[in-house]
Amino acid sequence: MADKSSSNAYWEANLRIIKICLVIWALVSFGFGILLRPLLSGIPVGGTDLGFWFAQQGSILVFLALIFFYAWRMNRLDKEYGVEE
Amino acid sequence: MDQFTLNLLFVGASFALYIGIAVWARAGSTSEFYAAGRGVHPVTNGMATAADWMSAASFISMAGLIAFTGYDNSTFLMGWTGGYVLLALLLAPYLRKFGKYTVSEFIGDRFYSQTARLVAVICLIVASVTYVIGQMTGVGVAFGRFLEVNNTTGLLIGACVVFAYAVFGGMKGVTYTQVAQYCVLICAYTIPAVFISLQLTGTPLPPLGLFGNDVTSSEPLLTKLNQVIIDIGFASYTGHHANTINMVLFTLSLMIGTAGLPHVIMRFFTVPRVSDARWSAGWTLVFIALLYLTAPAVGAMARLNITDMMWPNGTQGDAVAVETIENDPKYNWMLTWQKTGLLDWEDKNDDGKIQYYNDQSPAMEERAAESGWVGNELTNFNRDILVLANPEIANLPGWVIALVAAGGLAAALSTAAGLLLAISSAVSHDLIKGAINPNISEKGELLWARISMAAAIVVATYLGLNPPGFAAQTVALAFGLAAASIFPALMMGIFTKVNNKGAVAGMLAGLLTTLVYIFLHKGWFFIPGTNSFTDADPLLFTIKSTSFGAIGAAINFTVAYFVSKSTEPVPSEIQDLVESVRIPKGAAAAQAH
Repeated sequence: MADKSSSNAYWEANLRIIKICLVIWALVSFGFGILLRPLLSGIPVGGTDLGFWFAQQGSILVFLALIFFYAWRMNRLDKEYGVEE
Repeated sequence: MDQFTLNLLFVGASFALYIGIAVWARAGSTSEFYAAGRGVHPVTNGMATAADWMSAASFISMAGLIAFTGYDNSTFLMGWTGGYVLLALLLAPYLRKFGKYTVSEFIGDRFYSQTARLVAVICLIVASVTYVIGQMTGVGVAFGRFLEVNNTTGLLIGACVVFAYAVFGGMKGVTYTQVAQYCVLICAYTIPAVFISLQLTGTPLPPLGLFGNDVTSSEPLLTKLNQVIIDIGFASYTGHHANTINMVLFTLSLMIGTAGLPHVIMRFFTVPRVSDARWSAGWTLVFIALLYLTAPAVGAMARLNITDMMWPNGTQGDAVAVETIENDPKYNWMLTWQKTGLLDWEDKNDDGKIQYYNDQSPAMEERAAESGWVGNELTNFNRDILVLANPEIANLPGWVIALVAAGGLAAALSTAAGLLLAISSAVSHDLIKGAINPNISEKGELLWARISMAAAIVVATYLGLNPPGFAAQTVALAFGLAAASIFPALMMGIFTKVNNKGAVAGMLAGLLTTLVYIFLHKGWFFIPGTNSFTDADPLLFTIKSTSFGAIGAAINFTVAYFVSKSTEPVPSEIQDLVESVRIPKGAAAAQAH
């Protein structure tokens, strides 16, 4: 196993990436999809508004992007810190 | 060939396929697929997990709930997909690194406590039994329609089939059977949606069709839908009418619950490496998203088709005549579904027409009085029939209808059987052998497995006859229970150094508060009539029982934190275990599964 301080740095970096991803996760679903929908009501999308699109489609697409981004980013991080399998 | 024979043919062929694959896979030695160190490829694993996870709730029930409510039920879409983000970021890679076989084993080892393991098993059983009740509701609908009998008979026959399927057992664990089930399920869901999207919007892709233009009026589909349903007194489809706090909490409960369901998490133990666990969650969501991006289109288009059918001369014109329903082949689906008891109509004012409108809406009073209407005459339209009836409503070819029947059965049966297996192994292996009688013989363990499986199905069938809600709503309760109990324990096990006492107290507090809150609203042990509150007028503010899981999870975290603070810290070997789980390096080979 890598030494203590390096593995702490790895864990801190991981937590930072998780936090960023979760902020986006909450923003597109609870934010754009529900709470901030009134702010997006001026942007029309096929007979309704952008908030409706985020609630029924957009959030799912962003979730997909987030998971794949995280997997890709973490693989790089594993190599940077030499903790990959 | 009539529809009944066609249904039988498709359902029979799909089952022959699953059994054939199971037999073939066994002959070619199961261990080849799961050989230590090799495991299952993330894409294959993702497809199998998607089949395992998408049940009657996703397939049969969800689009119907969206269709009749519109935007407010987007919560199901966001909740049941957003959970995979939590799973991929917060649980899957670390549990894979830990490398044990079950969720309760992780909790038992990480919290160095037999009690913690036992409490986790109880949480698992409670959530799974609730989940099975929801599945049985879906099984009843699917069998009722497929065999053209009433819902109760359909449910009883379905229960026997599920039991046989689960006892036959082994095939559940075979990844390639689940891959086949996924293919049947997704074709059955998307093919009719493509047809309907082409009919209504001229676009072959349903997710684009939803936001596309209606071919006859060339105004947006959703604008037209809003207009026709407002005409007959319903709330607009795209508008926000539900309580916002409840929507947020409900979505959060479904998300946390998804990441806390043991049978989903278990799948991530079988991938070869830690990095594959991260990819695997992504692939699972890709395959789930294919259905979840189609579902809102299915809902909106079906709602429009149904309204057009009930008002063939437009919503300002005359309603459909009883004679038309009985004689026009286009309306055959109404007669077949009437047999199940889940769809019904009544010509209350004897004008020979069936007026479908919202008789609770003050806006309709004037028109009703003028036209001599005395109430909504489409008296029963069970939400759970919508997806199965959808191809018939749209007048699609017989083979599409048969395919949907096969898909619905695949979804309901695979998940119900899988859950029964999980319950029986939890009772016989973790509860009886692990805690009550460690010296039990293998035969005795097997006997208990069978007994608990039979007991679970009897309970689920009984409660499935008078379910606490539509299939997806009952399943949502199960997610709430998993959210309040399992997810917080797993997350704290990885991200904090909470001790054994904290974890046990947290899980118990989360589970019990959520369970009591649900029972207060849905009846004690889901027995109808024993509830003190209703979801329309809930105990706490506007929080419905289906949304309480998020509150239960917060209670779990809080109790665990304070109990852990006030008791002794975790031993150093457990501290090392937590440190090692956080780093991918040095993961053991994949577990056989």
